[in-house]
Amino acid sequence: MALIGRALLILGLLVAVYGSGASLYGARSGRREWVDSGRRSVYALAALMTAAFAILEAAFLRSDFSYTVVAAHSSTTTPTFYKAAAAWSSQEGSLLLWVWLLSLWSSLVLVLTRRRMPDIASYATAVLLGFGGFFTAMTVFFANPFATTATPPAEGAGLDPLLLHPSMMIHPPMLYSGYTLLTVPFAFAIGALVTGRLSSDWIAVTRRFALAAWLFLGIGVVLGARWSYTELGWGGYWAWDPVENAALMPWLCTTAFIHSIMIQEKRGMLKVWNASLVLASGTLAILGTFLVRSGILDSIHAFGASTLGVPFVLLIAAMVIGGIGLVIWRREELRTEARIDSLLSREAVFLLQNLVLVAMVFVIFWVTFFPLISEALTGTKVSVGPPAFRPFIVPLALVLVALSGIGPIIAWRRVTVANLRRSFTFPALAGGLTLLVLLVASGAAARPFALIMFALAAFVLATVAQELWRGVTARRAISGEAVPLALAQLVRRNRRRYGGYIVHAGLAVLLVGVAGSSSFQHSRDVMLRPGQSAIVDGYQIRYVRPTAAASAQKLSFGGVLDVSKAGHHVTTLTTTRGFYPAQDISLGELGRFFNGQSDSDVGLQAGLTRDIWTVVNPDLTPLQPLISQGDRVFGAAMVQAMRTVGRLPLAQAQQALAPLWRERDQAISELAARFVTHPWAVNFLLIVSPLVSWIWIGAIIIAAGGLIALWPVRALAPRRARSYAAGPPVAPAGLHPREGTGALVARESAGALAAREGTEALAARESAGALAAREGTGALAARESV
Amino acid sequence: MDPSRKRAIRLTVALTAALLLASALVYTSFAAGRDEVTASQLLKRARPGQSYVLAGTVLAGSVRHAGDSLLFRVRDPKLKVSVPVSYSGVVPDPFREGRGVLVTVQEQGDTFIGEQNSLTTKCPSKYQAASASY
Amino acid sequence: MEFLIVLLILTLVVLVVTAPLRRPEAAAPARARDGGARSRARLEELEAAREAKYREIRDADLDHRTGKLSDADYETLDRSLRAEAVAILRELDRARAGAAT
Repeated sequence: MALIGRALLILGLLVAVYGSGASLYGARSGRREWVDSGRRSVYALAALMTAAFAILEAAFLRSDFSYTVVAAHSSTTTPTFYKAAAAWSSQEGSLLLWVWLLSLWSSLVLVLTRRRMPDIASYATAVLLGFGGFFTAMTVFFANPFATTATPPAEGAGLDPLLLHPSMMIHPPMLYSGYTLLTVPFAFAIGALVTGRLSSDWIAVTRRFALAAWLFLGIGVVLGARWSYTELGWGGYWAWDPVENAALMPWLCTTAFIHSIMIQEKRGMLKVWNASLVLASGTLAILGTFLVRSGILDSIHAFGASTLGVPFVLLIAAMVIGGIGLVIWRREELRTEARIDSLLSREAVFLLQNLVLVAMVFVIFWVTFFPLISEALTGTKVSVGPPAFRPFIVPLALVLVALSGIGPIIAWRRVTVANLRRSFTFPALAGGLTLLVLLVASGAAARPFALIMFALAAFVLATVAQELWRGVTARRAISGEAVPLALAQLVRRNRRRYGGYIVHAGLAVLLVGVAGSSSFQHSRDVMLRPGQSAIVDGYQIRYVRPTAAASAQKLSFGGVLDVSKAGHHVTTLTTTRGFYPAQDISLGELGRFFNGQSDSDVGLQAGLTRDIWTVVNPDLTPLQPLISQGDRVFGAAMVQAMRTVGRLPLAQAQQALAPLWRERDQAISELAARFVTHPWAVNFLLIVSPLVSWIWIGAIIIAAGGLIALWPVRALAPRRARSYAAGPPVAPAGLHPREGTGALVARESAGALAAREGTEALAARESAGALAAREGTGALAARESV
Repeated sequence: MDPSRKRAIRLTVALTAALLLASALVYTSFAAGRDEVTASQLLKRARPGQSYVLAGTVLAGSVRHAGDSLLFRVRDPKLKVSVPVSYSGVVPDPFREGRGVLVTVQEQGDTFIGEQNSLTTKCPSKYQAASASY
Repeated sequence: MEFLIVLLILTLVVLVVTAPLRRPEAAAPARARDGGARSRARLEELEAAREAKYREIRDADLDHRTGKLSDADYETLDRSLRAEAVAILRELDRARAGAAT
């Protein structure tokens, strides 16, 4: 099967190369059959990659260790869910997942745009297949997932224990979905630039893909943060590590893009911005994919050692140079007449958010790549730690939150006093009041940035509440529905708008969590004996008793902690540190069980106001004399046993050694138990972190808002066909045949009719060639001439 | 003020702000940045009593526990050399052989003592450090 | 055995992908075939433009109701949007009439 898998990859590469060429040829020569052939190549690539991925997954699920990737990343003891996920924890498998997802989304967009924009679509197909070919080539030439070995090991290396966490397994598919979805708007932008057709069509079609990419990337980033917080024993959720930044940068850029295109749709402005933003987002997505697998940030030299480095750099360089070149070439078509009238207008706010987001991307990019830049310039790698980010990111984030509140309520073209009074009073009051209350009634004044963030968050939440209220009121004025129903219908009919507002609200909540947990955290690093306690932020935390457990996978040592405040019991926390056996015999027959890789099992009590978090760092030195003794005894026993069973065939030898292994395991269990029976002082890291839960809650709200904005309105096309075929149309109740376009459109805009019903009715009118349209036109013309 | 002049002013302001941001960034990076040294550089220029931020990957097979200290060797990304480090303090979870690490060290005798709690590891990535062993 | 399967897949892929090239219409002059596709594409584009225009009209109304458009600005905007909508509808009628012939 591995052979078939490899063949599928090679076929995929050939199909991608052929299809890319066919689409290009078809586009340039105008010969549709070649474009169609190119499109079919995309579908064929999707089918081939699906089959290849299925073969790989099957190998993982049945623990087929003849596949080198399976042997390196899975084991028979790995739980089934993680066996499936182990496929993408490897370099090779993850590349295959990437190209598989790319082929799926490419197929989807081509199906959705079957008949539209044939010129742009053919160039876009060529670009998408270009990406497909590139990644397939990576798997064919550099990182073969189907590599096999003639001598499969009896047991695999297993998954890194850190990765045995659900969110860590879903995190890569989410990120890859995000990255691959971004290639679609990128490809269509290239197509639009090449053909010079720069009206908003290419945006309208790919807007949803950009939004979906944004959603998946965001989910991936948050999952990573959650994993870091609950699994890695350092107590934080974001370290500004290069691999984290690699996913954040395209997400920020895509955020700017999905906002900026609204201005192009409304007023035809910011075309250069939009083209540049989408090209940048796609490039950053590829850059992000490259960063996490090339070792480039370890060092320029490490980059050279990785075989993937050079091709990726060439691809990224091509995307950057090509993108800039295309935008410059088409600058005339991208130019617009409309100008920003006033700096106090919604257009200006959108432009400002573009600038702020791009500035954030630039800062993150710079600080992430600075070690490389400095190494290239001065020969010394200079690293800039997370504290360097904050003076730049925090003010930018504050401005961004403010804009997310101002943007939805400020007037188009220019703000007026009336607009200010009407729209800004309530939110400004909310923000101001929050600021005042926090200044006076809490210790928040000690952290001005957090304070400002809280006030701005209140401002934003107030604007969203106000918008929802106003919309519900407007709707009820026409439909007379009850509030909950009116709200549901309002959101349903205006998904982009209210989905977006919900996202803003979620962002405000999330940043409240970030501000609270970064600025007001209390942490203590203490050594405690059983019975001793420490005080952190008013909580008394007592080390009740030690725990120890021994299993085939690992040894765990930990403690039970009792948390109380003002005499009242708050919670009980359990935390352990697991020690995985090392394979290195030189560490000692027993010693290798105590000196291998270790990881923490965090003790966490999450709450709405604060989280109490702890890890334990047991020092096993007190056991060392006994372990060394054990090493000597068992070392000698092993040597003795080897002499005796050395001549026996494998199965018999294993049987003969079994009692020795049992005794060894017994010794290990007894040693481990000493941690409980003869306890000593161990090191605990205790953290009380306010408002952390709001980060996750905010993220869920953002995801919900994103889903609402993404949710498709039912397509018109099938209905149109039916209305043609159904014969004479029946006028929907309440509409006079004579009302015409103006009234029909007026009704839709009042939200009284479902968007579908309105356009259905209109379609019915058109198909019957009714007078309505002409009357509407005539009446409108009459009005205009006045 | 006619519109084109307004635009020119706005453009100038925006570019100036961008330039300021860029300069602030460059300045901070060089000022607040800390020199990282590789194993080979450390061996060449280390002076006792001076702190250095050592960057590299953990050499395969070199991790040991000795009392409450963690002993490991950090290898150079390019050359086949490594330096021994004796570190006490919090060990990050992702720490293992083959991972990229940063640790602040001072020379002491023929080994380097890692500063308490200064050990950080890079987030796990797909990059298989071929440099985990020689 | 595996070689045969690979050969089979290869054949299948080649057949599927080159099917458009082997169609009898492929011999027909490019322009005639293309005409049909072009007019279909134009219809879809016009319909999409119409939907987008309706959405703009509704958005403008909602903006006006929630205080983001002054009365004067709304009047001007609404009028021009409706005129654009009607223009699109006329264009659509023309295109359909053209396609039907």
